[in-house]
Amino acid sequence: MLPPDLSEIREEIRGHAAAYGLDFFEVIFHILDFNGINEVAAYGGFPTRYPHWRFGMEYDRLSKGYKYGLQKIYEMVINNDPCYAYLLSANQLVDQKIVMAHVYGHCDFFKNNVWFSKTNRKMVNEMANHGVRIRRYMERYGLEKVEAFIDACLSIENLIDYHAPFIQRKEKRGGRALNGEEEVPARVRKFKSKDYMNDFINPREFIDAEMRKLQETMEQKKQFPETPQKDVLRFLIEHAPLENWERDLFSMIREESYYFAPQGQTKIMNEGWATFWHSTIMTQKCLKDSELIDYADHHSGTLGTRPGVINPYKVGLELFRDIEERWNKGRFGKEYEECDNSAEKKKWDRKLGLGREKIFEVRKIYNDITFIDTFLTEEFCEKHKLFTYRFNPQTGVYEIADRDYRKVKAKLLFGLTNFGQPLIYVVEGNYRNRGELLLKHHHEGIGLKQDYARDTLKNLQIIWRRPVYLETVVGEDEVRIGYDGKEIIEEKIGEPEEEKEKAETPS
Amino acid sequence: MIIKIEKDHSRFRQIVKGTIRKNLKKYISHTEMIGRRGKDLVSIPVPQIDLPHFKYGHKKVGGVGQGDGPPGTPIGSGDQDGGSGEAGNQPGEHLLEVEVSIEELAEILGEELELPRIEPRGKKNIISEKGRYTGIRRAGPESLRHFKRTYREALKRQIVSGTYNHERPVIIPVREDKRFRSWKEQQHPESSAVIVYMMDVSGSMGDEQKELVRIESFWIETWLRSQYDGLQIRYIIHDATAREVDKQTFYHTRESGGTVISSAYDLCNRIIKQEYNPQDWNIYPFHFSDGDNWSGGDTARCMKLLKEDLFPVSNQFSYGQVKSHYGSGQFIKDLSQHLSEEAILVTSEINGKDDILRSIKDFLGKGR
Repeated sequence: MLPPDLSEIREEIRGHAAAYGLDFFEVIFHILDFNGINEVAAYGGFPTRYPHWRFGMEYDRLSKGYKYGLQKIYEMVINNDPCYAYLLSANQLVDQKIVMAHVYGHCDFFKNNVWFSKTNRKMVNEMANHGVRIRRYMERYGLEKVEAFIDACLSIENLIDYHAPFIQRKEKRGGRALNGEEEVPARVRKFKSKDYMNDFINPREFIDAEMRKLQETMEQKKQFPETPQKDVLRFLIEHAPLENWERDLFSMIREESYYFAPQGQTKIMNEGWATFWHSTIMTQKCLKDSELIDYADHHSGTLGTRPGVINPYKVGLELFRDIEERWNKGRFGKEYEECDNSAEKKKWDRKLGLGREKIFEVRKIYNDITFIDTFLTEEFCEKHKLFTYRFNPQTGVYEIADRDYRKVKAKLLFGLTNFGQPLIYVVEGNYRNRGELLLKHHHEGIGLKQDYARDTLKNLQIIWRRPVYLETVVGEDEVRIGYDGKEIIEEKIGEPEEEKEKAETPS
Repeated sequence: MIIKIEKDHSRFRQIVKGTIRKNLKKYISHTEMIGRRGKDLVSIPVPQIDLPHFKYGHKKVGGVGQGDGPPGTPIGSGDQDGGSGEAGNQPGEHLLEVEVSIEELAEILGEELELPRIEPRGKKNIISEKGRYTGIRRAGPESLRHFKRTYREALKRQIVSGTYNHERPVIIPVREDKRFRSWKEQQHPESSAVIVYMMDVSGSMGDEQKELVRIESFWIETWLRSQYDGLQIRYIIHDATAREVDKQTFYHTRESGGTVISSAYDLCNRIIKQEYNPQDWNIYPFHFSDGDNWSGGDTARCMKLLKEDLFPVSNQFSYGQVKSHYGSGQFIKDLSQHLSEEAILVTSEINGKDDILRSIKDFLGKGR
């Protein structure tokens, strides 16, 4: 697959990577020219993917960027066993080295990070399979029709629950209310006791509380779904009156959504980890003197920062380095944190040498949210000049707001939670007892983009067939926006206080 | 690997053009990539279709950044999507800063609008060769030495050979280090053209209208420059009378008073008669106005001037009508009423910035 010189380099880098303890799927490298790599990249790394205009759109952007010399893709790597990675043929040899080392870093991350553990490692085959099925539907039902349905699905593809793959689901209870028989009301189980002890072993208040709980559960069972569902896609696939081909297509899109989700959940860590390893392997093992300048040029390009944007490569790399140093020197734990002598803290070194071990553990069990939450320290923020920015309506530009590390952290975490997207739940699948669908936006102070919300509702209605509603907040008011297939209806909600509170905290 | 991106790509282009899936049209946004031309930044349009999602409304959310400065330091437009995206699968992209030349700009414009290349008229349709710097080579005259590349080669060599001293970082290139610009011969039609811009500067043309004219004429000029070797531009402003002015004055003068369009056509006609022989020149008069003329009598005089004098000498006569609060917009109706059978006349209405691209296409889409 690779020409001899590159194949030799691959062996060398693979050896170094393994010797450092990286544990990866085998990597199959392909070499492509610009067009080829732009094409593969446009398909998200899967050349056999189903046809869709948005891949053409991505290709348009990538090839324009390349044509006018604005950007170029150095590498791509696919989470699969074996891993597939693509190299750009026009790259210099030193670039290929960096890219290979980088790829082994990603690959180790794919294999070991727990958030990837439920992803399909044969996704290359699965995507090809999706491609075949969707093409067949296009032939059978017409390109326009299938494409329009794909667009409707894509419009809500982000309504998934990123934790769903880790939830063990109970088997569906069969036959609920099917035979018309009432379910037996449950009774609170009492502990066996002698009569005179009964009031102590089964206290009245406890029994009453349990009774109320049971009643609530009974009430809930009448609800459909019983609790608000974040995996809106799953709910729709299970309950929307879809044609078979539509259901199949929708399931494929959901599957792809879940496949890509961990990559969004670990963007900073994954890029940081790969950069950490290309930097380590190159500077400690592989770099020839003559390649130094080109390496430095490439590496600084990767790590470049611009004021308004966080560069995940940079922040991720520096955090991993920081963690390694802190655990090497013992700069963690009660003793260190409670030390308020800054001079002593600065030269703090317990010579523990636990750094390497620690970062391998971090790459295994964290995702971006927990990573930032745990390891972004005040010192780190200061050293790397992080700040929060806000929009100044008077000047019409964004400006630096604050350098307080707690605020930086809070802002970063907010952007990462649910990928910085609003939280939307299905709360009623049989709304008003008319088979209508009710979603609720869990409002956190920022409203939805209204025109988009309305159009998304229209797409939802295409899938649900019956009228659909979304409860959200516009300005100060709680509103319910609905679409019945003909027109958008918007109305204020005037709920009694209690209900409101309950509705605001979906569990 | 089966190349199938073409299909998806052309489908995307068709959607953008509005020929299929018309209901997606409203989701098209014209984002841009930023390139640089000399000191100026230029943007390359990149149409994107953003399917509706539930997402946060305004972009005043803010975010986290990295860099120097006390609170209050402006940082530009910021990153709206802060923190989303996919790792690993997403290609590692680097932003490079590159200069975009006027020729490339014209090429982008031509490609975006699918402008036909102009067939110049006249007998002087000679092809000439012209050099353009396109690459780097190891030999060449000193005057073409590429300083940065040469320096870089020298630096590399010195580091490898151990003669680089970081205490005293002096880099001395030797002959092998030197890199030179190289060029390619490109064929250029050697034909000349002149644009005569005429603009109504009477009271009813405000700054907003002039801004539209300015943007539109910049792009027209850019395109025609790419099609002709020598391009001259003349500027005429008029209210009740016309006069020739320089570029600066053209865009910034504001007069008050009435509008006599024929005065401009008259002056344009005289300039062409005196200086531009239609045998040798490709002539492009452009007239921008808000459509108000003093009187029906003058409009009749305009028609006569156009028909008898200007049309016979021009490649194309273009009339662009911008919308203003005061203008009646009558003139474009008169033109199409009296001269609609004249193929040489192209009219276009420009009601706002969104119309500019379409309007450029109206004017330049004929390939004349």
